[in-house]
Amino acid sequence: MSSELIITIFVAGIAAGTTLVFAAVGEIIAERSGVLNLGVEGMMLAGAVTGFLVNRQVRAPWLGVAAGISAGATLALLLAVLVVSFKANQVVTGLALVIFAIGMTGYLGESVVGVPPPVTFNRIALPGLSDIPVLGRIFFVQDALVYLSYVLVPATWWILFRTRTGLNLRSVGESPETADAAGLSVTGTRYAAVVIGGAFAGLAGAYLSLARAPSWVPNMTAGRGWIAIALVIFATWSPLRAALGGYLFGSVEALGFRLQTVGLEVSTFFIAMMPYLFTIVVLVLISRGSVQRRLAAPSALGNAYLREER
Amino acid sequence: MNMKVMSRAGRSKRWSRRPPVNRTARLIAAGTALLLGAAACGTGSGSGGGDSTGGDSGGGGDQKVVKAAWVYVGPRNDGGWTTAHDNGRLAVEKEFGDQVETDYVENVPEEPAAAARAIEGFARKGYDIIFTTSFGFMDPTLEVAKKYPDVVFEHCSGFKTAENMANYFGAMEEAKFLAGMAAGAATENGQLGKVNAFPIPEVIRLTNAFMIGARSVNPDATMKVVFTNSWFNPPAEKSAAESLLDAGADVLTQDVDSPATGQVAGAAGADWVGYNSDASKFAPQAWLTAPVWDWSGYYIDRVQAAIDGTWKSGSYYGDLADGIVDLAPYGEAVDAKTKSQIASMRKEIESDQFEVFQGPVRDQNGEVVVPEGETPPLEDLLGMDYFVEGIVSKLPS
Repeated sequence: MSSELIITIFVAGIAAGTTLVFAAVGEIIAERSGVLNLGVEGMMLAGAVTGFLVNRQVRAPWLGVAAGISAGATLALLLAVLVVSFKANQVVTGLALVIFAIGMTGYLGESVVGVPPPVTFNRIALPGLSDIPVLGRIFFVQDALVYLSYVLVPATWWILFRTRTGLNLRSVGESPETADAAGLSVTGTRYAAVVIGGAFAGLAGAYLSLARAPSWVPNMTAGRGWIAIALVIFATWSPLRAALGGYLFGSVEALGFRLQTVGLEVSTFFIAMMPYLFTIVVLVLISRGSVQRRLAAPSALGNAYLREER
Repeated sequence: MNMKVMSRAGRSKRWSRRPPVNRTARLIAAGTALLLGAAACGTGSGSGGGDSTGGDSGGGGDQKVVKAAWVYVGPRNDGGWTTAHDNGRLAVEKEFGDQVETDYVENVPEEPAAAARAIEGFARKGYDIIFTTSFGFMDPTLEVAKKYPDVVFEHCSGFKTAENMANYFGAMEEAKFLAGMAAGAATENGQLGKVNAFPIPEVIRLTNAFMIGARSVNPDATMKVVFTNSWFNPPAEKSAAESLLDAGADVLTQDVDSPATGQVAGAAGADWVGYNSDASKFAPQAWLTAPVWDWSGYYIDRVQAAIDGTWKSGSYYGDLADGIVDLAPYGEAVDAKTKSQIASMRKEIESDQFEVFQGPVRDQNGEVVVPEGETPPLEDLLGMDYFVEGIVSKLPS
């Protein structure tokens, strides 16, 4: 395999993986606060269709992105109301939200299926950085939303692990009782985390419909929201590892098609299976006690917090 | 109202959408004039029902309006398969004006019970002729047809017929061949790339037709093919198209439904042959042409027959000469010489002097699969399981 081929795999892998990175980082924020958001797929769809529609109306892709983010956040707010305030089952609520969003986005986007967007995000070579041998071509000849992810991922990591805000958020996810006793608002923190996480999912969807494959087709996320949730486990709740994992999964997709072009038989079903296979392996690894203590899920993940049961 | 029916399970996969036709299904003549339509939902044997009422006998009302309905698998504005059928429906409305009333239902799943419900809905409402436009609707259409002997049904892309159910499809390979010529003429380095959905016989046949067309003008041209295993997954199609460009292709084409392939070609300065409809607006610079479906002629004929009371069941397999398949308007990248070459090939195909798969045809290993001077029977074409010479990629086993 030539070095040229490897470079092109990573160039495509980063572009294809960015949507997973956005969605997974958002999911990490929500899960770190103790809320399992299974509605990511639906929030991505909402972001994709809203972003596309707004861009079509105003011909400004950044406004489309903003609208996509708001759509994801709005749907997440609905999830927060149900699972944080009304303590509904997080799994069931998340699933219901996805099914709702598939129908709703199909309806909203009905008139723009197969309609080209007026403006889209295109690849821009960053002056200077793109001249770095190999890495420059891989990382710095991408579109603006990919560059945005380069900023958002480390920023999220820094906030989660290096600031008091992040500490508070994680403590709510680990032990809401303790956090409550320490005077933190469990409800407020979880609302914020879920809504911000939904905003990321909306961004992931807008990236698909405005940059990656500029168009709208019903259900265009095609399961990427679920891969993102798997990626969170793969990344053991760290935004940095989620970015690595996202690029890796994206590269695996790119690799699969390239193997086909050189005449090697690789089933795309097999390729599609890979992220989940990785995730299962990681799940098995982290289920071992010693590793688990260092890396495992937020303790209160998936549980509603009921104050009187403290 | 008995909602029993729907014996056969399965077949709900979308890729079963437009598969094989069976030309050998002979015309089953049966004078099934109709015009009564109404809710004659009898208990459904339907077998006895020659029911040959004359055209006029149905109409106690003199200005009887014929009601025609379409059942679509996708959204009406998908810019592809379903759009082509809906354009046919609109042509019927335009042709007949007040004489006809049309309706449609979109996004009908190929799941048998759901499809039957959609089809029966129209039959019960008194529609006279019902077109069902996806392979997976075949059995549900047949079931409903048995229950409503006074309604006539037209199923696209299948192979079953009944006294009041015809089937229809078209020789897309002819249009693919012509489009392949445009691609073969446009490529500078002789490398083509194709994004395919599934490795099923229909897609293989059309891929081969495209390759043969390209090599008829550019004998050294080769083509790489990747499969996405989905009709509709724009991000995956984009990755697939990028991989073809990276592998050296400078003209891309597709057997998938979204324009993502064209967007990739457009952004990279490559050329693009679309599929199903004129999608040039997605990448005007890259656009060469596209093989497209045009159902309007067939639909107008069949609705006319329903109006006249002369409708008969049968199997229809239209081709270039019939106008069922065609090429979309050329982009600026197609030069005059290529256009005239394509025009003269088109004449030969239309007059049956040339067939796309006439021998000698070699497979990708160089073995002769169709000897010189022979043309394969339609059954062989419909079951095609090899790539022809020039295609580099292997078929997934």
